[in-house]
Amino acid sequence: MKYYDKLIFEVSRPGRKGYELPANGYDTDGLSAIPAGLLREEQPELPEVSELDVVRHYTNLSNKNFGVDTGFYPLGSCTMKYNPKINEEVAALPEFASLHPLQDEETAQGALELYYNLQQALANIAGLAEFTLNPYAGAHGELTGLMVMRQYHITRGDTKRTKVIVPNSAHGTNPASAMVAGLEVVEVKSKPNGSIDVEDLKPLLDETVAGIMMTNPNTLGMFETEILEIAKLVHDAGGLLYYDGANLNPMLGKVRPGDMGFDIMHINLHKTFSTPHGGGGPGSGPVGVAAHLVDLLPAPRVIKDAEGKFHITGKTDKSLGSVSSFLGNFGVMMKAYAYILSLGKENLKNVGPMATLNANYIKESLKDDYLLPIGGACKHEFVFDGLKDKSTGVTTLNVAKRLLDYGFHAPTIYFPLLFHESMMIEPTETESLETLDEFIEVMHKVAKEARENPDTVKNAPLTTLISHPDETTAAKKPILSYRQLKADQDA
Amino acid sequence: MSKVIEGLRYAESHEWVKVEGDIAVIGISDYAQHALGNIVYVDMPEVGDEVTAGEDFGAVESVKAASDLISPVSGEVVEINEELEDAPEAINADAYENWIMKVKMSDPSEVDALLDAAAYEKLCENE
Repeated sequence: MKYYDKLIFEVSRPGRKGYELPANGYDTDGLSAIPAGLLREEQPELPEVSELDVVRHYTNLSNKNFGVDTGFYPLGSCTMKYNPKINEEVAALPEFASLHPLQDEETAQGALELYYNLQQALANIAGLAEFTLNPYAGAHGELTGLMVMRQYHITRGDTKRTKVIVPNSAHGTNPASAMVAGLEVVEVKSKPNGSIDVEDLKPLLDETVAGIMMTNPNTLGMFETEILEIAKLVHDAGGLLYYDGANLNPMLGKVRPGDMGFDIMHINLHKTFSTPHGGGGPGSGPVGVAAHLVDLLPAPRVIKDAEGKFHITGKTDKSLGSVSSFLGNFGVMMKAYAYILSLGKENLKNVGPMATLNANYIKESLKDDYLLPIGGACKHEFVFDGLKDKSTGVTTLNVAKRLLDYGFHAPTIYFPLLFHESMMIEPTETESLETLDEFIEVMHKVAKEARENPDTVKNAPLTTLISHPDETTAAKKPILSYRQLKADQDA
Repeated sequence: MSKVIEGLRYAESHEWVKVEGDIAVIGISDYAQHALGNIVYVDMPEVGDEVTAGEDFGAVESVKAASDLISPVSGEVVEINEELEDAPEAINADAYENWIMKVKMSDPSEVDALLDAAAYEKLCENE
């Protein structure tokens, strides 16, 4: 069943059933209460399947997934660390899971306490005054943070500040979020070592600058050593500093963005705080601010009164207003809180060093076969500029695809844009030495194949169900539903 | 090795210009199409739009990335290559045959600031 690729509709057979409804004990079928004009005339095309069909179908589909639970996932800038199962147990506790967001706050004190405590824990970790946990994910956090930045200038009557400075090594979401927030993006260049060019920054800092967005360590995994000077320059020019928390993992409990001079930041709970990613997540992107910006945070907020009771506050004068329904993705917050408490203050401090050690171990072990454009110690991730030997024509894409044949997820490729053949690797602290060694061995093997038998690598993957999808047609004419597929087949 | 054609002028941002009187025919270079990979969409200006040298006039989207198109000259757009609306991948097949827009130049001397084939070839080698 390795190559299973059916849709549930294709398994369907007329009349096959996996359920039986109890006999109707009432004297009406209920349909007569629905106006005739609202009743559908044809039967809906629902799959007709047995229980076993359903179980096999979804089990086989789930086997096609690749996740952290399946294997090594070195996707750079994504911090694909293991998601401890205790997080799931805690989030599933019925006392929390069955809460309704509209119930009286008096009856949800435990949940509000968790929200408040997590908010405080993140504020301590970040060196900032307060967090809102409401944004749904990283980019939503960026947008919220930039709205705070904008609101800060507007409430001071300083409406000329419409520009946000973004380094050319930034995550693509940074300029995108700035645009969505109604701000203009100005790019600042990087030095050859990947860090911000202070000399290039200086002339950009005028009275039209709202602030700067930075990732530290940056997307090359290098710590911005001139951060204190940059913070002073930006503050002196009247701007604010925004910290993209995507790369917070190596800093955890060691260095605080607030102490570096940052005024606003977002954290990806689904990266640093071990909650699941993406579609299976969902995510959560808390936003923290320095004391002078707390009043601008979105509503609602959770506050604690003098008697230790928790309350949900409405919108205040200066607040941005609501950015999400209710208080955000509460289940994710429970998982992140469970992670923080299960590690504790002392162990949180070990996360960064272990993530850093793992990244450097892979980097140093592979730099004989892969081109390392920036030497020296990295933080939690690093970037190769493809294979060292480019004469065979084997590209980063080919190497990434070949890794799938060996059972590893590919690293992040073609990002950052500073190099042509970027391959960004982040192992995280949760991988064992044995796993790292296996990955290193396979990467060496692929480099050897590229030298001796380049076509094998160029034609990879050879063992996956789909090998080389027609990406152009997939992007231009995607088939998104069974109805569409059937219409296509019938045509 | 990417193809560079003699007689065309090139911008550092990888657009090419073919001068026909006061009309500049503009497309992206073979190097650019190669770097972008499979192109799925070309965002073009409209006829009558004013474009300015050094500023973007549209974008090319590939399966890998979206990239701004920077106009090498200033002037008025007099024609766009409508075939690219349905078949943007034509640029992958031949980047020089499949131009993107024609501009009636307001300052033809702007072309002088662009690279010739030899200088552009050198630029690509060093990228």
